[in-house]
Amino acid sequence: MGKGRIVLEARKLTKRFPGVLANDRVDLLIHQGEILGLLGENGAGKSTLMNMLYGLYRPDDGEIWIKGEKVTLHNPRDAIDRGVGMVHQHFQLVPVMTVAENVMLGAEVIRNGRLDRREARRQVRELSQKYHLQVDPTAVVEELPVGTQQRVEIIKALYRHADILILDEPTAVLTPQEANELFQIMRELTQQGVSIIFITHKLKEVLAVADRVSVMRRGQMVGSIPTQGATEASLAEMMVGRKVILQVEKAEAQPAEVVLQVEDLTVTDQRGHRIVKGLNLEVRAGEIVGVAGVQGNGQRELVEVLTGLRPMENGRITIANQVISHSSPRKITESGVAHIPEDREKHGLVMAYSIADNMVLNRYYQFPYAHSFVLDQEAIDAQGSRLVAEYDVRTPSALTPARNLSGGNKQKVIVAREFSRPVKLLIANQPTRGIDVGSIEFIHRQIVAQRDSGVAVLLVSAELDEVLGLADRVAVMFDGRIVKVLPIAEATREKVGLLMAGSET
Amino acid sequence: MATISTTGEASIGQRITEGLFKRVLFWLIAAIIVAIIIAYQQDARVTTAVLAATLRQSIPLILGALCGLLGERSGVINIGIEGQMLLAAFIGFMVNAWTGNLLLAVIAGVLAGGLLGAFLAFMSVTLKMDQIIGGTVINILAFGLTGYFYQVGVTTAGKLLPVPLGSLAELPLVGPVLFNNPPITYFTLLLVVVIHYVLFFTRWGLRTRAVGEHPSAADTVGINVYFMRYANVTIGGAIAGLAGVFLTLEAVGSFERGMTNGRGFVALAVMIFGKWTPFGAWGAALLFGLATAMQTQLQFFDVQVPHQFIGMLPYVLTIVVLAGFGGRARPPAASGQPYETG
Repeated sequence: MGKGRIVLEARKLTKRFPGVLANDRVDLLIHQGEILGLLGENGAGKSTLMNMLYGLYRPDDGEIWIKGEKVTLHNPRDAIDRGVGMVHQHFQLVPVMTVAENVMLGAEVIRNGRLDRREARRQVRELSQKYHLQVDPTAVVEELPVGTQQRVEIIKALYRHADILILDEPTAVLTPQEANELFQIMRELTQQGVSIIFITHKLKEVLAVADRVSVMRRGQMVGSIPTQGATEASLAEMMVGRKVILQVEKAEAQPAEVVLQVEDLTVTDQRGHRIVKGLNLEVRAGEIVGVAGVQGNGQRELVEVLTGLRPMENGRITIANQVISHSSPRKITESGVAHIPEDREKHGLVMAYSIADNMVLNRYYQFPYAHSFVLDQEAIDAQGSRLVAEYDVRTPSALTPARNLSGGNKQKVIVAREFSRPVKLLIANQPTRGIDVGSIEFIHRQIVAQRDSGVAVLLVSAELDEVLGLADRVAVMFDGRIVKVLPIAEATREKVGLLMAGSET
Repeated sequence: MATISTTGEASIGQRITEGLFKRVLFWLIAAIIVAIIIAYQQDARVTTAVLAATLRQSIPLILGALCGLLGERSGVINIGIEGQMLLAAFIGFMVNAWTGNLLLAVIAGVLAGGLLGAFLAFMSVTLKMDQIIGGTVINILAFGLTGYFYQVGVTTAGKLLPVPLGSLAELPLVGPVLFNNPPITYFTLLLVVVIHYVLFFTRWGLRTRAVGEHPSAADTVGINVYFMRYANVTIGGAIAGLAGVFLTLEAVGSFERGMTNGRGFVALAVMIFGKWTPFGAWGAALLFGLATAMQTQLQFFDVQVPHQFIGMLPYVLTIVVLAGFGGRARPPAASGQPYETG
């Protein structure tokens, strides 16, 4: 991949939001036909930078140069006109419209004053052949799998003659195999002269596909280096600003008696579709079972049933020899289950309550936090202050509303609440989603410590690396079933990836 | 592929109910046509009168529903249709009373409706107010203004008269019902076709629907979400204004306090029943128009039911329709949600 001329350059871009310096004199540079990886933690300022390059935000200071010309981008249209295309992390497709309609939206093919849908379909087919992006232009977008929707997004950009493509966390929703397909597509695009900015926080992927990598930290550009010669450890250090232990250190598991037993579980959703279809699973005390799978294969529903948030249709769930198949969330909690929910702001915390109040949500009605019907606020606040110190929650005080905390600190509050009482089973659903590397390390260590003290841990995560790093056994979930349980020693990325995609091995 | 598309399954389920819906609709229309033919043989005069009244009653509902669906298709719920109609009815009436010029009166009423539409757009798009509250503001405003300024005893110089369309008007049954109507009625039927075409076959329509379904998708391809919403809601307001002047200048010829009598709200039911499509709304409006026409007609017969119950007919229908179909129909996804750029 030869380095062509510079097609896009950001010079000392600065963007302030109330109270935050989101981008602080950021420089970025990309050559023609190059894949540039843009690394950074959540909140490092990657999205802000890209939104400025795409005309969604106006920089407070600094310059943007596209193809040798200094430009001012007032809106996405200005960026599109200059050949910048963006595939957003959350797809920007209208679900009820067809592929062709979505592609032409905003740049419609018009004949005699009306939409020329046939011509639009022809153009989509042409692009799809030229770039090997398989897609049916007449399909309705909401019926397409995410991988295909992503291809529609790429075609949408190419249809607008984009030759600088920004991909924002494109692999977050893909299986490892689908991600590899995407990398193949990216390489082909660069062959045809397209330049790609690839945003991610996954180090492996940057090393696999990018030519060069730029790293951001806390709104600043830390540096740009060629990926040749870079290692995961060196990139992680640039990203976080200190040495990071990527590998979770843990001893061999000592599995004991079965704590969680799920037999023939079926679950239907509100619309009557069966989501979990006869699932069997077993978790023993002192081991971590990691559930791997592409989002939307029933993991969420499984966790909701186990924690009593969703009724089951059929089957039998036993926790520590107690049948909890139709128990209320409180009964399940009291039988010794800790739960780190997937959506911490929706199911984990009451945002308007203080940290201290949130810390006792699972036992506020018990002694010493309540005396018959009256809460003992002093006892609650004391417990809050104690846990804030013990779990290193960064906050001015335990009386601060949970809303004011960062993602990582919110998660620490939940972990503190769930781990500060004796439990038998821990159900952790996406425990580190969207939080900083420091907090991830902390939470991973806590989970392993729970395991070592004899707790049975069920870990559900969309990050395959997290499952492979933490679990003692890996249960692969596909289409509402556990298709295979592998001991960690046998669970390679390739094998698990294939199982996640539904192919039996 | 690797993912199970739950939404895909949902839309298959939806297609099944849609198929059922179409079959029910087909038999319903067939039954109505048979009923009309039988009724015509029984009593030609009454049947013609009922059908003419059906069309007359349906006009403000169609117009109101078109107003509502333009708003919701672009993402703004308009429950201020009632107020937009009422103020337009009043302004149209007053301008006619002062100037005696019917055309000028119609234009004034339509402009008044458009102005209230723009006001709703300002509240919900620019101020990002709760859209239900915005609509309620308009309703209260219109009731208050018209009630305050209305003087009893003001009379107008005439109203819009039927224009027979040549020999078409001579045909039995369909002649007097369809081809011998005043101008706003013709215009309304034309408008149904025009809006259907614009919504589903033009650039404007594609963008309007995109803005109502997924505004950030539209924004990221360079479509001005705010502009599309302003334009559609304002045009909708003007159409509601036309419904208002229809009442004072074409149907009745005078103004009364609160004369819209809930039609703006029934129009919303019509819009939902018609699944946010112009032709659907037309069909639904005819059904409601028929209920109203029957109600008037039944009062001439000696039916052994208190007339209050017969008078309830259109409103009972509204409740039944909304309870039965409201849940199943699928509104534009972003309807009612303010949009913030970036």
